[in-house]
Amino acid sequence: MILLINICKERLHFYEFVKPILDILKDNNIDFFVKHYKELEKKDLDKAEKIIICGTSLKDIDYFEHYHNFDWLLDYDKPVLGICGGMQIICMVFEDKLKTLRKAGKGIFSKKTEVGFIKLNFEREFLGLIGEKEVYALHNYYVKNINKEFFILSKDPIPQAVKHKEKSIYGVLFHPEARNKDMIRNFAKL
Amino acid sequence: MKVGVLFSGGKDSTYAAYLAKKEDYEITCLISLISKNKNSYMFHTPSIEKVEKQGEVMHIPVLLIKTKGEKEKELKDLEKAMVVAKKRYKIEGIVTGAVESIYQASRIQKICNKLHLECFNPLWQKNQFELLNDLIKNKFEVIITGVFAYPLDKKWLGRKIDENFIKDIERLHKKYKINSAGEGGEYESFVLNCPIFKKGLKVKNYKDFGEKNSWRREVEIE
Repeated sequence: MILLINICKERLHFYEFVKPILDILKDNNIDFFVKHYKELEKKDLDKAEKIIICGTSLKDIDYFEHYHNFDWLLDYDKPVLGICGGMQIICMVFEDKLKTLRKAGKGIFSKKTEVGFIKLNFEREFLGLIGEKEVYALHNYYVKNINKEFFILSKDPIPQAVKHKEKSIYGVLFHPEARNKDMIRNFAKL
Repeated sequence: MKVGVLFSGGKDSTYAAYLAKKEDYEITCLISLISKNKNSYMFHTPSIEKVEKQGEVMHIPVLLIKTKGEKEKELKDLEKAMVVAKKRYKIEGIVTGAVESIYQASRIQKICNKLHLECFNPLWQKNQFELLNDLIKNKFEVIITGVFAYPLDKKWLGRKIDENFIKDIERLHKKYKINSAGEGGEYESFVLNCPIFKKGLKVKNYKDFGEKNSWRREVEIE
């Protein structure tokens, strides 16, 4: 059972950023359930075998103010994949473990807009992606300091794909639900 | 939130408008670009002048902007249209019917981002057959107004999107890899009625233009 976490503030974004992922799981007969991050309960995290934190639009960045809602990630042992905003959340939570940046209020992410196809090089295998790959980017921000607990698997030069060194926590800044759908299938099969 | 729908009068942009309304967004205008280039990379061209009739039955004003339809220059025209819509109709976001084309979607995303507008693509990555079936399930009355790929021909003009249409297009999809939703420009459509129309439209008259596997139907609406 995969839990899809919706981080969209705007309801209409569900169709663009959650439904395509849900469709990939449905087409592969993989069970799932969807919760918005503001309605997430401990029982949802317990029920899930894996979690995908879906992305959202360039302007829909309400989650920046609420990434502490995801502090449970620090102690979570099941596989997690963060997509775009989801990767930013993962990186923010781990980078701000001591909550000092939160107190400072900012300084955790930087602006870099990338929209459309970009080419990335995966030096090591990452959920089935290896070598040069074309991916679909749609973001205004990235997390500039990646915590040392993570490997950075692709840079362009900003971190585009990360994996926790010990846990099965993955993050991608691009959108595999639009191109490279196999990556989501590979995560679901972990 | 007040939104403008990038509207061609075809099934995708109308279904996107329907979803926006269903989710309680306020559609304050429809934005339609009339391209002189019938092979525009960005915009659906057949019967586009008829969107005014569709706007009337939705009780939503239509912002019609002419473009020469030259690659990339038409994006400047789209940006101008969005600037006008933002000022005149106070839109805070744009809704599009983009399904698969990253070429189209990413260009609209960039313009919205520049103009500080939200960009909504509620049909993004939607399965072609699911989209056609959703139209039928939600009582959309849609006709074909253009065909542009082998083996589609003049006989397809005026056909309604119904269960038989889906069966036939599914057969062609299997044999010729035709995109069933017409996303690759294989065909274009016009919506005569749907749940967000206050009343249905009728084809009063029509003229067909074309040859072989490229046909266009100009319809007169009442």
